[in-house]
Amino acid sequence: MGEKQKSEIKTQNIATRDAYGEALLELGKKRNDVVVLDADLSGSTKTAGFAKAFPDRFYNMGISEQDLIGTAGGLSLAGKLPFASTFAVFETGRAWEQIRQTIAYSHLNVKLVATHSGITVAEDGASHQAIEDVALMRVLPNMTVIVPADGIETKQVIAAIAEYHGPVYVRLGRSKVPVVMPEDYKFSIGKAHTFHIGKDANIIAAGIMVSVALSAAENLKKEGIDAGVINMSTIKPLDNDTVLRAAKASGLIVTAEEHSVIGGLGGAVSEFLSENYPVPVKRIGIKDTFGCSGPSDELMKLYGLTADDIIKIIKGALKK
Amino acid sequence: MTQVSTSRDIGQLKRQARTVRSEILKMLTEAGSGHTGGSLSAADIVTALYFHKLRHNPKDPAWKERDRFILSKGHAAPLLYTALALSGYFDKSLLKTLRKIGSPLQGHPCSKLLPGVEVSTGSLGQGLSIANGIAMGLKMDGLNSRVYCLLGDGETQEGQVWEAAMSASHYRLDNICAIIDNNGLQIDGHCCDVMALEPIVDKWAAFGWHVIDIDGHDMASIINALDEAETIKGKPTAIVARTVKGKGVSFFEGKAKYHGITPTSEELEKALVEIEDIDNG
Ligand SMILES: Cc1ncc(C[n+]2csc(CCOP(=O)(O)OP(=O)(O)O)c2C)c(N)n1
Ligand SMILES: [Mg+2]
Repeated sequence: MGEKQKSEIKTQNIATRDAYGEALLELGKKRNDVVVLDADLSGSTKTAGFAKAFPDRFYNMGISEQDLIGTAGGLSLAGKLPFASTFAVFETGRAWEQIRQTIAYSHLNVKLVATHSGITVAEDGASHQAIEDVALMRVLPNMTVIVPADGIETKQVIAAIAEYHGPVYVRLGRSKVPVVMPEDYKFSIGKAHTFHIGKDANIIAAGIMVSVALSAAENLKKEGIDAGVINMSTIKPLDNDTVLRAAKASGLIVTAEEHSVIGGLGGAVSEFLSENYPVPVKRIGIKDTFGCSGPSDELMKLYGLTADDIIKIIKGALKK
Repeated sequence: MTQVSTSRDIGQLKRQARTVRSEILKMLTEAGSGHTGGSLSAADIVTALYFHKLRHNPKDPAWKERDRFILSKGHAAPLLYTALALSGYFDKSLLKTLRKIGSPLQGHPCSKLLPGVEVSTGSLGQGLSIANGIAMGLKMDGLNSRVYCLLGDGETQEGQVWEAAMSASHYRLDNICAIIDNNGLQIDGHCCDVMALEPIVDKWAAFGWHVIDIDGHDMASIINALDEAETIKGKPTAIVARTVKGKGVSFFEGKAKYHGITPTSEELEKALVEIEDIDNG
């Protein structure tokens, strides 16, 4: 990572949910078929800005996530472009079967954009920390799953999925994240962003773990270890070519995500590599346990999601 | 438990409700995050339950014949924790650890970590089904313990609540008492603006419940309603408790904003003074 990027990381921190709120406003101005739905969390998911600007195109469904999803499905059948938002745990959990039967099976043009994913939800605790949402969405046929790394990417993602016809799940966070993507970055569905391909190891990361992976790689470089970093923001469809290139270059792949190690990015990468180019894969994520209450930086330490954890795992794997 | 009909006993419960409110405010200020409004609105109800109505044994949280309390609106965890601490389930000093790393006092109640919590809640809409299941099990075992379930009014927008409402009356679960904390507010504003709920009383009645409509801050009314519920046979009872979100602290009362905002230390000081003058019957 260059000096310029490093200083940016310290300055432009915004939460991906805030970028979503801004992106929705822009999209709402451009297209009048955009309709936004929420389930009594519009202040937190940041759809409230859209609600204020376009009250005729906003529906608060109250505390009823299943109805939220079904209604969004209906709006898409009526030719609208619905964005349905609430916290990730309720969106993908409470309404999973509505998403499966109505949205995914019928291939409806509904954008499921959920916030408050992962343990960085912090003090609210395990009941509110979605650590399985990517797995729940990735398992559904027809579903596209995207986990943006920062505010810049989130805005790009919202614009891109508006142009794509079909169901999409976008996973956003509550806490501020450092800016990692270049200002001129252009997102396209299914294309990973490669910061650098390493000769010793390659870290395939998503969401807030991209910035963590970048600082791990920077520190490893000082010790003469060449670790690459890839932002795999589209988890489904997976960018197989980039995964293959990384595996061929280094022979050690590390996945990093703020999600269970089961069924998410680590699962997707392992499934692909074991069938196509078996190399050792180390999965960094939440190890089949629920989260708990606490400040998000302390939780990141507790669950082994820091740069130091990545460094330790890479060094350990290289020693063998 | 014993009948409290004397005004002296009611007075004691009212004083206890003040203590409960003070502890809630103190722990929330210390935690720096958590749910203030909905903990305060249900404080009189939960005080009446824990310090009068419930047959329970803090020294034996798993006592088979205990009455059960299910906090379906799990975000009111500070209220439940206070009631448990003051009942003697655990030391009061633990209240200071709310939402901190390693604390059994999670942001939303976790039954695996804290004895006295019947089941983990926090995702709205699920508690009444659980209460029904417990009520069925108690009946199967020939026990006459009762099950109390506290729901938020906004929470009743969840479809599962009405599925459970139907089951409770279908299976004549007269050992169930649902209490709806009807404070008129949810996160995004007034329930009537977000997703209208009225007529609440008629809805529960139409689902086959015996309904009692009360002032949820009037201690005598709460106790009368809980007593009445116990006499109703063949159908479940719903107590629709008209409450004020943030009750007891003038600058929190009736404001949606204070759903999930905790007092500053200056606000705490003022609030503790106001709590002493609260009118709860
Ligand atoms: C299934 C689910 N959806 C959304 C939330 C987020 N949430 C927490 S509290 C709340 C509002 C609750 O309003 P109400 O039931 O009226 O409670 P009270 O006013 O008593 O605090 C919401 C939407 C949740 N906890 N669970
Ligand atoms: Mg309410």
